[in-house]
Amino acid sequence: MSNLDPKDELVTHLPALRAFALSLTRNRATADDMMQDTVLKAWSNMSKFQPGTNMRAWLFTILRNNFYTSRRKLNREVADIDNVYAEKLAVKPEHDGRLQMMDFKQAFDQLPDEHREALILVGANGFSYEDAGNMCGVATGTMKSRVSRARNKLSELLSLEDDEALELTDAATMAVVGSPRMPST
Amino acid sequence: MGRVDDMASEEDSKKQRISKYIDENLKQVFSDLVDDDMPDQIVDLLSVLRAQDQERNTKK
Repeated sequence: MSNLDPKDELVTHLPALRAFALSLTRNRATADDMMQDTVLKAWSNMSKFQPGTNMRAWLFTILRNNFYTSRRKLNREVADIDNVYAEKLAVKPEHDGRLQMMDFKQAFDQLPDEHREALILVGANGFSYEDAGNMCGVATGTMKSRVSRARNKLSELLSLEDDEALELTDAATMAVVGSPRMPST
Repeated sequence: MGRVDDMASEEDSKKQRISKYIDENLKQVFSDLVDDDMPDQIVDLLSVLRAQDQERNTKK
């Protein structure tokens, strides 16, 4: 449990909150608007946050609810996607893994919102299936199924079932992911 | 039977490798986004919210 004042703790979660917003919306302007709404709501409802519970999960839940409510209101089936990932790639050093990371990001972009969200919560943030299910308002089994289907779809898009492709991507991934900043455990 | 078990085990191992590959890439993608600069509008919003809190506390 954090000893920080809840409002100070909120600030420490903002980089992760923004990353989650960018992953969901894939558009900087929309992500920043979502974030602004989330920070305002969280700040003004801080008395409703239960100390000892997971503030990051609480913030992510507010943001995703904003996202889906706003999307329903706008009735936008197709997201307005900008080049969030490509811009980040442009500042990365040249190496063997670069093309594979681009492929990965493009494949990830093709997943439905619910599947991208499930993978980001469970695969990238390490939330349990139960916690991620609670955050998304679905049963634990539904969350497991979303993660599994999302992984299968990525595997299909990247041809990972092909042994040779996996060997190549393994080596390339280690070049990118196996850095001191991101140990591959 | 042993051969069937071996094949099942190989398949499980491959699935685990694929899941690991996907999760490692996801972490990298997310980590890159976490490193993005915080937009001015959020920094400004926090300043305003802090100032409002301070003003409220002073009035009490």
